[in-house]
Amino acid sequence: MYGLFLRHFYLITRSFPRVLDLVYWPTIQITLWGFISNFFATHTTYYNNAVGVILTCAILYDFLFRTSIGFNMLFLEEIWSRNFTNLFIAPMKIGEILTSLVATALIRALIGLIPAVLLTSPLFGISILDLGIFLFFLFLSLYLFGITLGILVSAGLLRYGPSFENIAWSTMFLLAPFGCIYYPIEILPEVFQKIAYLLPLVYIFEEARNILINQTVDIQNIYYAFMWNGVYFVLSILLFYYSFNVAKNKGTLINMGE
Amino acid sequence: MKNLVEVKNIKKNYGKNEAVKGISFNIKEDEILGLLGPNGSGKTTTIGMLLGLLKPTSGEILINGQKLEGNRIEILEQINFISPYIELPKKLTVKQNLTVYGKLYKINNINERIEFLSEKLRLEDLLNSITGELSSGQKNRVSLAKALINEPKVLLLDEPTASLDPEVGDFVRSFLEDYKKEKKISILLASHNMNEVTRLCKSILMMKDGIIIDEGNPKELINKHGRKNLEEVFLKLSRSKNELN
Repeated sequence: MYGLFLRHFYLITRSFPRVLDLVYWPTIQITLWGFISNFFATHTTYYNNAVGVILTCAILYDFLFRTSIGFNMLFLEEIWSRNFTNLFIAPMKIGEILTSLVATALIRALIGLIPAVLLTSPLFGISILDLGIFLFFLFLSLYLFGITLGILVSAGLLRYGPSFENIAWSTMFLLAPFGCIYYPIEILPEVFQKIAYLLPLVYIFEEARNILINQTVDIQNIYYAFMWNGVYFVLSILLFYYSFNVAKNKGTLINMGE
Repeated sequence: MKNLVEVKNIKKNYGKNEAVKGISFNIKEDEILGLLGPNGSGKTTTIGMLLGLLKPTSGEILINGQKLEGNRIEILEQINFISPYIELPKKLTVKQNLTVYGKLYKINNINERIEFLSEKLRLEDLLNSITGELSSGQKNRVSLAKALINEPKVLLLDEPTASLDPEVGDFVRSFLEDYKKEKKISILLASHNMNEVTRLCKSILMMKDGIIIDEGNPKELINKHGRKNLEEVFLKLSRSKNELN
């Protein structure tokens, strides 16, 4: 496991564009949203504390995005570098491969998150730490969902090969409207609301807004977020094992990268 | 000499397509077995099954007396593979790549092992070089070092000297001969270089359309088919209708 982590650590430290990529997008996104938030603060009374709420949600969403894309990137790197076969003939259990990728994805996401969090205070006078101890649970829940999406996409890559790559990039964009990241769930049409309630995202972002606007904590939201995360996480692991077996039958593992 | 590799009537179907139609063979320790055949004959599929990357539709594979099915991890610790179609991460240095694979194969004294292999494979001056910036010959030697990092009992080689100049090709062949003799390992060599196969292998399998159409010692096969060299035997068998012996 340490070996696989080391493989990606070496890669990141040897490539400046990769380090830049980790820091660039979160920073740009947070800065951009910060200015948008400022605009809302002066032109609407919908939120009393619009800058804080929207910016906090942007940071939370970006953490989810980084975790999910980060996990997919680790898997895709092996395909692009034609190292995939070497990895799958090494004596590593599937569980060990997943654990290594999950841990490395967390470190990648944190590298991107820390500068973004640090920037919000001097630039906009906002601290995400206002969410208090519950911030930890919200991040943990987002991290779980991020790696769950990553595992699901990796399962697709195993099953269908590199052609599944485009799905890897679009998953987060597809789910974003249902996640109710920047608006309350009531904004969505009723059918969409039913779908949204099946995702942990809606509970996480509703709770973030609840803490910041109402200064109260609804434990039930956090509970539902973890419950759905648990369901999807277990399903993603099962699907990954299933895809691995299908790949062994279909020969995808031996042709990966071609 | 005991058999380190035992392949018993393995078949592999992709839907209705029968890629390998029930082949059996053994590889003894201290033996290099040549696997020859035209493109699409089932060589890569066979190697894929030996590596556990492909599940045979039926049949059984034993490595060092252990069934591959159900013991994948234990067996992967004892085998390794080199092919020009797979590469090591290009941005990492040679030493970083070897360190990563040393960790993945749970090697205890990684630095000593890297030092030993670097010396044997003339890599001392390349350890801090970026892998992607090496020449084909240098990359090939690095891949070989990676394939030997775990001191495998069974080594699977797919075109190990493809695209190498004659000097490097000769170096790699000599190295493999010496290493096999010293460590008493089993090697399966898939190659289209008939001189290489004649030099390294005491026995060969000729595959075509998923079956073994002939097998034996290179000299015996040349005499049996009344040809001047192994290349002519290969051409004759590749162009003929399948003939089971």
